[in-house]
Amino acid sequence: MDLLGILLGGFAAGMVLFVVSVGLSVTMGLMGFVNLAHGGFAMLGGYVIVLAMKGWGLSFFPALAVGFVAIAALSVLLERTLYARLYRASELDQVLFTIGLVFIMISSMTLAIGPETQVLQLPEWLRGQVDLGVIRYRTYSVAMIVFGVALVVALWLGFERTTLGARIRAAVDNRRMAASLGVDVGRLFTVTFAIGSGLAAVGAGLGAEILGLDPQYPLRYLAYFLIVVAVGGLGRVTGVFYAALLIGVLDFVLKIYFPKGGTIFIYALTLILLLWRPQGLFGKRGA
Amino acid sequence: MSGLPAAHAMAARHRLQWWEALPWVAGVAAFFLFPNYLAFGTQVLVTILFALSLDLVLGYAGIVTLGHAAFFGAGAYTVGMLAQHLGWNEPLSGLAAAALVAGTIGLVSGLVLLRTHGLTLLMLTLCTMALLEQAANMGAAWTGGFDGMPGLSFGKILGLFAFDVLYFRSQYLYALVVLFLGFLLVRMLVYSSFGQGLTGVRENLLRMHAVGAPVRARLVIAYTISAALAGVAGALFTQTNAFVNLAVLGLERAAGVLIILILGGYGRLYGAFVGAILYLLLEHTLAKAYPTAWQLGLGLTLVAVALYARNGILGIVDALRRRLAAWSAP
Amino acid sequence: MERAVSATMLETRRLCKNFGALEVARDIDFRLDAGARHALIGPNGAGKTTLVNLLTGLLQPTRGAVLLQGEDVTTLAQAKRVKRGIARTFQINQLFRGLSVLENVCIAVAERLGAGGSMLRPAGRRAEVIGEAVRVIEMLRLQDDAGRRVAELPYGRQRLVEIAIALGLDPRVLLLDEPAAGIPSAESHILLDAIATLPAEIAVLIIEHDMDLVFRFARRITVLVSGAIFAEGTPEEIAANRDVRAVYLGSALDA
Repeated sequence: MDLLGILLGGFAAGMVLFVVSVGLSVTMGLMGFVNLAHGGFAMLGGYVIVLAMKGWGLSFFPALAVGFVAIAALSVLLERTLYARLYRASELDQVLFTIGLVFIMISSMTLAIGPETQVLQLPEWLRGQVDLGVIRYRTYSVAMIVFGVALVVALWLGFERTTLGARIRAAVDNRRMAASLGVDVGRLFTVTFAIGSGLAAVGAGLGAEILGLDPQYPLRYLAYFLIVVAVGGLGRVTGVFYAALLIGVLDFVLKIYFPKGGTIFIYALTLILLLWRPQGLFGKRGA
Repeated sequence: MSGLPAAHAMAARHRLQWWEALPWVAGVAAFFLFPNYLAFGTQVLVTILFALSLDLVLGYAGIVTLGHAAFFGAGAYTVGMLAQHLGWNEPLSGLAAAALVAGTIGLVSGLVLLRTHGLTLLMLTLCTMALLEQAANMGAAWTGGFDGMPGLSFGKILGLFAFDVLYFRSQYLYALVVLFLGFLLVRMLVYSSFGQGLTGVRENLLRMHAVGAPVRARLVIAYTISAALAGVAGALFTQTNAFVNLAVLGLERAAGVLIILILGGYGRLYGAFVGAILYLLLEHTLAKAYPTAWQLGLGLTLVAVALYARNGILGIVDALRRRLAAWSAP
Repeated sequence: MERAVSATMLETRRLCKNFGALEVARDIDFRLDAGARHALIGPNGAGKTTLVNLLTGLLQPTRGAVLLQGEDVTTLAQAKRVKRGIARTFQINQLFRGLSVLENVCIAVAERLGAGGSMLRPAGRRAEVIGEAVRVIEMLRLQDDAGRRVAELPYGRQRLVEIAIALGLDPRVLLLDEPAAGIPSAESHILLDAIATLPAEIAVLIIEHDMDLVFRFARRITVLVSGAIFAEGTPEEIAANRDVRAVYLGSALDA
């Protein structure tokens, strides 16, 4: 496989990581809440999307929309009833709670649907290959890359140009000051949590052919989501984008050339990066 | 000493209470009462020691780590590799070697990691453990890779007691003695001024700095001792089971010991005991039969504990005792 | 009391602190002598707590120096400065909430006596630590609550524990950030009584808004406005200073 093909494959994987993890980064930057169950929301959403297409015969985009809305709604429910009670709790309690939550999610899905990997039914226009001039590559992967780039641009515009975006940025930077300026941080967090979880759902569903989709998804990729978020810097959308690209390409390359134990380089790199810059590549100092 | 009752209470806090003998009496009784379950009992003892080591950093110093299995595994593999490649299978010196190796890794990683906090620290502990796990996986010539090192054999303890492969009798008593000694060490640390300082760090880091305590040095020392102790637990694991594999370095083991400590109650010496016995018993009976239901039940329990019972079972016992005391003293 | 040479305990030289474009400390030349009973007053946001943070090492200055007994401690971390004799209380209590009052003070005393790192002897056997802690607790009339968890105490008593911790460090320089805030006025004399029993050579700096307490306690007052020293002098001089009255004291003194 030549260099361009490897890059494209890595980019596609990175894009999936980005779409899933961006919500985690923003919510963690906003509330400082360690949500290890984020992958669980992604997994549930992926299942909704896949099953909506298989079971209900929905076509591609409506299924994605249903997945987004369903998981956003679920996250609002859980956030208001359970998460909100732990905002002032210790980090340990948050870790415990979210580990327990993800266990519940995984086991429920295993009991309800079964442990098999789910296959995403790609619509016609996403199958096969596309000619990019320099190379012919899987249409699906290219589409994934395009989607990821479009998303980061859309999010960047959203953060820079909308009031909601400004409020989120302010609250991530300094929650207390934002609150004293009249920002309803609680409601802001609910909205951000909902959007972030919805995006994660879309990411898992859309990326089902790249990262796979089965009940163990949240735990299998937990380390990757956390690495992408920590390396990118909490609350930094562009940071998460670059970190996801980096990890995606690195992991892809390692799987090809070091199939056994190649991930050691990812952990080593993360270790070195976080020791050099504990706030992440793009995070702010003294957070 | 002044006549202040609080002062007297504090001066007497470290004295042995009568009920502190109970776990050890129970441990010896179990030896005679459950002769067919000593293999399981040995694992319980090993896990209690591991959980005790974690309590030192988590329960007392407040360092949230998901990577403590790194030290358990380091100790486990040290003993395994010494036995397999150097023919060095004397048990007690093996424990010492494991403590040394694990403690050194703890010292180095502590010096480097404990400059950070929060999510970054959590990530770094995970990465350190994952690094060791991958290294063990890749170094198959040394570690046996994915299959591990089965069929190890160890010499006689003190030259007298051979490992009893069938009934685990000597393993059980061996583990019980090592656990007892490890417990005495932790107990001594916890009741010392050093231990009190660790609690201070957990309760209010800023205040500890503001009373002139060399906080980072204290944390690194605690982390190192805890790592060495976890290494001893790991060495015990390998010696009593006569094998070691990658699972000793895995997230499951690290998360498992964390859950055990929380369930029993962290920051209290005996939480490790309660949590380990309860968790392993339940896991032994339920998890094998109904693994998915087990995960569901565990998840529900963790959520409930995080929301309502942060201090675990011993915390609930304490709260009940305080309620009773309030009732009977109007 | 005649003093041939007044020993300077704590001193700043052109101390500056910026947060980006925001200047919170501007060219501050501040001096605290041995035996000082010094009050730092000023409107909200003047930078009083910031100055204390700079003095104790919680904040690093952008420019300038902090000297403790003639030694430059500007780059020294908080804990090391405490070891050299500075103790402070915080505006918002920083206590070990899950521990008892006695334990809170014992931790401070143990650190001071160098016993904080000791691993072998049980803390309960250190009679000198416990005795010293009890002495401080009795000085602040907290002995009835000695065994109670700090979190269970009313706010006013928690404030006294905060001060007890600072006293337990037996400092040469004591910085109190609004110590009376939250203490019911009926009990505020406890605070003044405790300070009165301190050795005369200790330098004490209080940040306060309670003018009654300031004028009862202070022999010298510094007025801080917008991060810079606005005025400095004896209580009589400050009370008579028209600019100070205009900027800050206002009707509080006319009463």
